[in-house]
Amino acid sequence: MNIFVLLKKTFDTEEKISVSNGQIEDDGAEFIINPYDEYAVEEAIVQRDAHGGEVTVVTIGDEDSEKQLRTALAMGADKAVLINTEDDLDEGDQFTTAKILEAFFEDKEPDLILAGNVAIDEASGQVGPRLAELLGIPYVTTITSLKIDGEKVNIEKDVEGDVEVIETSLPVLVTCQQGLNDPRYPSLPGIMKAKKKPLEELEIDDLDLDEDELEPKTKTTDIFLPPEKEAGRVLEGEIEEQVQELVSLLKNEAKVL
Amino acid sequence: MNFELTKEQAMIKKMVRDFAEEVIRPRAIEIDTKAEFPKDIFDQLGELGLMGIPFPGEYGGSGGDTLSYALAVEEIGRVCGSTGLSYAAAVSLGASPIYYFGTEEQKKEFLTPLAEGKALGAFGLTEPNAGSDAGGTKTTAVEDGDDYVINGEKCFITNASFAKTVIVTAVTGKNEKGKNIISAIIVPTDCEGIKITSNYDKMGVRGSDTAEIVLTNVRVPKKNLLGDPEKGFKQFLHTLDGGRISIAALGLGIAQGSLDKALTYAKERKQFGKPVSSFQAIQFKLADMSMEVELARNMVHKAAWLKDNHKPFSKEAAYAKLYATETAFRSANQAIQIHGGYGYMREYEVERYLRDAKLLEIGEGTSEVQRLVIARQLGC
Repeated sequence: MNIFVLLKKTFDTEEKISVSNGQIEDDGAEFIINPYDEYAVEEAIVQRDAHGGEVTVVTIGDEDSEKQLRTALAMGADKAVLINTEDDLDEGDQFTTAKILEAFFEDKEPDLILAGNVAIDEASGQVGPRLAELLGIPYVTTITSLKIDGEKVNIEKDVEGDVEVIETSLPVLVTCQQGLNDPRYPSLPGIMKAKKKPLEELEIDDLDLDEDELEPKTKTTDIFLPPEKEAGRVLEGEIEEQVQELVSLLKNEAKVL
Repeated sequence: MNFELTKEQAMIKKMVRDFAEEVIRPRAIEIDTKAEFPKDIFDQLGELGLMGIPFPGEYGGSGGDTLSYALAVEEIGRVCGSTGLSYAAAVSLGASPIYYFGTEEQKKEFLTPLAEGKALGAFGLTEPNAGSDAGGTKTTAVEDGDDYVINGEKCFITNASFAKTVIVTAVTGKNEKGKNIISAIIVPTDCEGIKITSNYDKMGVRGSDTAEIVLTNVRVPKKNLLGDPEKGFKQFLHTLDGGRISIAALGLGIAQGSLDKALTYAKERKQFGKPVSSFQAIQFKLADMSMEVELARNMVHKAAWLKDNHKPFSKEAAYAKLYATETAFRSANQAIQIHGGYGYMREYEVERYLRDAKLLEIGEGTSEVQRLVIARQLGC
């Protein structure tokens, strides 16, 4: 089975993130594999071990993205592809990403493409579905179980806490939700082997794309941190007074009434 | 000069940190309170290939270097001194001597299960009257046909209750000057006549197994003799040098863990309407701790780098062990001070760091012995 994983490098949101001039500061930020993409890598390895074939991990990013790809290789993926857009693209959005991936997949014959449900940085959840549309293959988002039998695919999908059971067929694109599996730690032998595994680096030229075709369809006007939560207030006095005060606060201070 | 970790080293550090945070940290208080050796954690460390970092693949190892191993010890020590100590002792003392001095057959038979993490090893040097003064060793191994017959008593042996093999040092004869020849022999712990008990009630590293071994007419084949019998004990000084790097890394981990706890607490704890981290008295403590931790790290990494590059590292390993473990003690002590009364409580964990750190100034050569080693290297 020809399995692909779409992987994104994101900020480690457990580390300190600072924003200045509407941009997230890269310096000193820690980067990790998007946690939902780790489910995708794990599932790809599990499916390959069950059905044979090969797992290729693909990312769009810069030179530093190699670290996340090597980690996926250390977990057990077979090959990695880095589409380096550092020199060619100043900005991009989900349209850009999907377009580049469409070109990448042009000469591939994927049976299964796995992606994270969302990336924890921008959380659009769009790249997977957009790519599937462009490739003309079915897709299922937020999956929590994946069973493949020949061409037949049985999926359980998380729908706001409920489960939807879906039957589809290969080739298919799925996006992975928490609960699908428990991603493994890359083992020591895995880490040592990872440096010998193939990691191909491509630029948009190699995919016969040029900047103009990839111009983003959206504009980011500002990025800001949520306001710091202020301490709550406890109203005192008779119930009637409290209610009156509350209504007045909602009206005049919070302006929600 | 290059102070950057390789990609593999960085990946190993991150993997061990993730594992330590997710699997070991939630249990660290319980491991200490119950003083129970976390065997299941060691099974997992084995599955991840961590028990065999510095050994080649042909003996079940992972083919990593000393620096990677030191990074792993640091990350485990950062969350749990007990687990860190048992890990360091299993690799540096239980397995390394077999790798450095074992015959091909010994490596295949005894090193492989240790490196694969399927079994644990221990090193039985210390006796009631001999430790750094190895010349005081009373345990004897007498040749009898194809066997050695070993009699004696070992104490304070890390991991022995859970070990498959113990490397035992024993007097095997006298040289021409009439001095005792001390050799090392691999003793499987299922031999008849070997009794291992762990009744110690320790101040710290309470979840790390420490045992007493009594050997009564224990017979092991002569082929279990480890290394060159003529060179005697000297070859094992090499083992101890390597072990010092790992204890230094453990001290570094505890020092870093203490700093992390103290810094987080100082930013959260408010007194006089401000976080205590805004007071100079606290700031100076944190600045000193952070500086010392980084200095210790540089020394540990340098000693590991020297070893990996086959350069002499005895002096640097002693520097690292001495400085990093004393840094661990100071950092843990200051972390408690910054926490105030809360720091004295088990729940806040820094008191455990202090108890664990104390052992590191004693085990594998006391701070005083490190100073002796350094002074000797200076030609004193």
